[in-house]
Amino acid sequence: MRLDTRFTFDTLVVGGGNRLAAAAARAVAEQPGSAYNPLFVYGTTGLGKTHLMGAIAQLAMQLQPGIELEYLSLEEFMGQMHAAISAGELETFTRRYEAVGMLLLDDVQFIAGRRETQGELLRLFERMQMQGSQIVLTSDRPPSELDDVDDRLVSRLSGGLIVDVTAPDFETRVAILRTLCRERKLAFRDGMLEELARFEFNNVRELQGALNRLAAHQAIGLADVAPRPSRQAQRPVNEFESFLSEVASAVQEHVESWRTRLRERIAYWSGEGYRTGVLQRALDLQKEPDLDGLLATYTAAVEHLKRLEKAASGADERLGADPVFRDPERLGEAEDLVERALSGQTPPAAPNASFQREGFDVGPSNQLAAHAADEVVAAPGATYNPLLIHGPSGVGKTHLLHAIGNALALGAGDGEATRAVGCVHAQKFMDGLIAAIQNGTVERWRTRYAGVSALLIDDVQFVAGKERTQEEFFALFNTLVSEGRQVVLTSDRPPGEIPDLEARLRSRFEGGLVVAIQPPDRTLRERLFTRYLEHAGRPAPPELVHTLAEQPVQSVREIIGVVNRLGAVADASNAPLTPQLARAELGMPTPLAGVPAVQRSRGTRDASFLDVEKVIWEWPAVADRLIEEYR
Amino acid sequence: MSLVNYATREITCKIVYYGPGRSGKTTNLHYIYGQVPGDRKGQMVSLATQTDRTLFFDFLPIDLGTISGFSTRFQLYTVPGQVYYATTRRLVLQGADGVVFVADSQSRQLKENVESFQDLHANLAEHGVAARDVPLVIQYNKQDLPRDMIMSPDELDEQLNFREVPSFAADALHGPGVFVTLRAISEQVLQRLSGKGGR
Repeated sequence: MRLDTRFTFDTLVVGGGNRLAAAAARAVAEQPGSAYNPLFVYGTTGLGKTHLMGAIAQLAMQLQPGIELEYLSLEEFMGQMHAAISAGELETFTRRYEAVGMLLLDDVQFIAGRRETQGELLRLFERMQMQGSQIVLTSDRPPSELDDVDDRLVSRLSGGLIVDVTAPDFETRVAILRTLCRERKLAFRDGMLEELARFEFNNVRELQGALNRLAAHQAIGLADVAPRPSRQAQRPVNEFESFLSEVASAVQEHVESWRTRLRERIAYWSGEGYRTGVLQRALDLQKEPDLDGLLATYTAAVEHLKRLEKAASGADERLGADPVFRDPERLGEAEDLVERALSGQTPPAAPNASFQREGFDVGPSNQLAAHAADEVVAAPGATYNPLLIHGPSGVGKTHLLHAIGNALALGAGDGEATRAVGCVHAQKFMDGLIAAIQNGTVERWRTRYAGVSALLIDDVQFVAGKERTQEEFFALFNTLVSEGRQVVLTSDRPPGEIPDLEARLRSRFEGGLVVAIQPPDRTLRERLFTRYLEHAGRPAPPELVHTLAEQPVQSVREIIGVVNRLGAVADASNAPLTPQLARAELGMPTPLAGVPAVQRSRGTRDASFLDVEKVIWEWPAVADRLIEEYR
Repeated sequence: MSLVNYATREITCKIVYYGPGRSGKTTNLHYIYGQVPGDRKGQMVSLATQTDRTLFFDFLPIDLGTISGFSTRFQLYTVPGQVYYATTRRLVLQGADGVVFVADSQSRQLKENVESFQDLHANLAEHGVAARDVPLVIQYNKQDLPRDMIMSPDELDEQLNFREVPSFAADALHGPGVFVTLRAISEQVLQRLSGKGGR
């Protein structure tokens, strides 16, 4: 990081051209991630965008000494990303940036036309914003004018606050010159700086350059540089200039009315994500309403909504995203919702609707788990209770868990009301409990969980070793199972191998059905490759899928990674995605010419011999194998 | 057409020069182009036929810089005047914030002027716009020609200006009247900023 320590808010001269930007920057530094996210500052070069960035970074570090902060230009960012891609460590790279509390990217206009970087940035921004990490960007033009940029990225960039910095006005120019003189201990005759400031410099650097010239003249003995009489008369006057000044006064007259102020507030509040229906209706009024009163009422309503939202998310964090907290006209509904949340009537988090059973491909390696899941959905609480699915990371446990949850939530379909299904990650479960202990609302927390008709916990191994969580979970588990309500768990290993798991929990977990999901077998790999290739909008001919599926993988994510990588390579080399290309890119051996490829039996056999297959695959080289054999 | 974008603080005005063939629409733009300082004008895009008639349209973007915190841009278009380019005219007219009707002052062109003016109204109606809602000014061009060849502004007003919109005499080739016209249409367009329809 190369932060110029001179760039602080104290050394920033604020004037008409950058007042909004400076205020926004300060708000961002004081409350990263909550004020404006992302903050997008644009303006031509030399107007202090980088100064603003530096000031944000320094103030943020001062206020929150522990904050993780990355400050770099987009070009550096792309350089790092490309290095990571070529080293095959893109995931490490993204993980590193995801952990950052504040990311400051300079000169993002260079993103134009770089689709790959755009995609990566989009994903990164999404995740960072979800975690509440602050993003600050600068550019020489607004997002809407960035050429050849993915619309989704543009909308994300425009989602926070967009502010421009414009050339400083006369007074600001004088103030800047005075600051520079003070910093560098320069002194000029009275009126000199004012005279210099009369020139309409396009940016601060030009102004600085002019001051330098003046200082140099003074230093070499042409000492008393004095202001000349006004050069007002030298201004070129032509038709265009007078046209321009007339347009300027027309704009001023018509734009600077109450409607402008109102529209600006509407743009601001819509930018903040609030509904502005009531303000928009005021725009249609013929005469000026009591604007101050209206805006004050609206702002007060928004403040009240924010407090309600905070109270609601304290009781149940996913309520924070409820649209009712974004519409001042639904204040009453918001109050009701908070009341219900506070009395523990709202169920815990529901399963993620994007994970559906139809999207879960089945092969020999996961068919047992899929079958068990279907049984559970057919007769919840009756067949396997609890159902515990274990397997390594990325094989689809979470997908299956949420799919079960979604199917259960639908109800039996015979007119029965939808069921309240709680589906949470064990970490969230624990965090909720800790928050409840802190707030003295454990009873409410219990009521919420005890009210579900099915409870699904992801990565249950996380509760191991946590005394209080295990105790609460044990009590909850007993209540649910004894009343015939379904419990489904996932874990990265069988219950017997989870260290520090209380024996009473382990025996209860094992009392239902414990099924494993193995890394995808060949049949499943073929299905998954076909699915993700098609998902990426690429043809999936059988030969290609067949080739790709030869290579064993540990997780579904690897398959997605391979598809992405091959897609990128094919695009970069402008060649179609062929088995040959895939082999070359993935470093797979080419089948010997003339020797027919061994037709492997598909299906179950493959799954059971997976370990052998994996060992052979990972065997370093033929030479090493020979040494091993002759030893 | 979004005239003012309050979120990005931009004002964009699309002004279309309309009129019969050879009345001097492109000449208006050329004169303006010559007056705009280099850093404020975009490149003038002109698609002309071999005989120098406007084939598709001329387009001249002018950047007026930041006014009251709004980055302000004018986009001047001309339509091809020749009768057979009706579709193009309709397309260019779409989303116009204001229209300058450039009439040819020559007496023998009166019929063409009237037909083109009717065509303008028909095309506006085609876009679902009531002609009286669109800012409009009329320019009587070629007033520098000998008296006996042309009609006076008053006579032309009598024939064309039934809506009594502002009208100006001009000599687009040499400049008189060009900026007066542009100023008048801009004033009318910008007046709408304070009214509705700014979003």
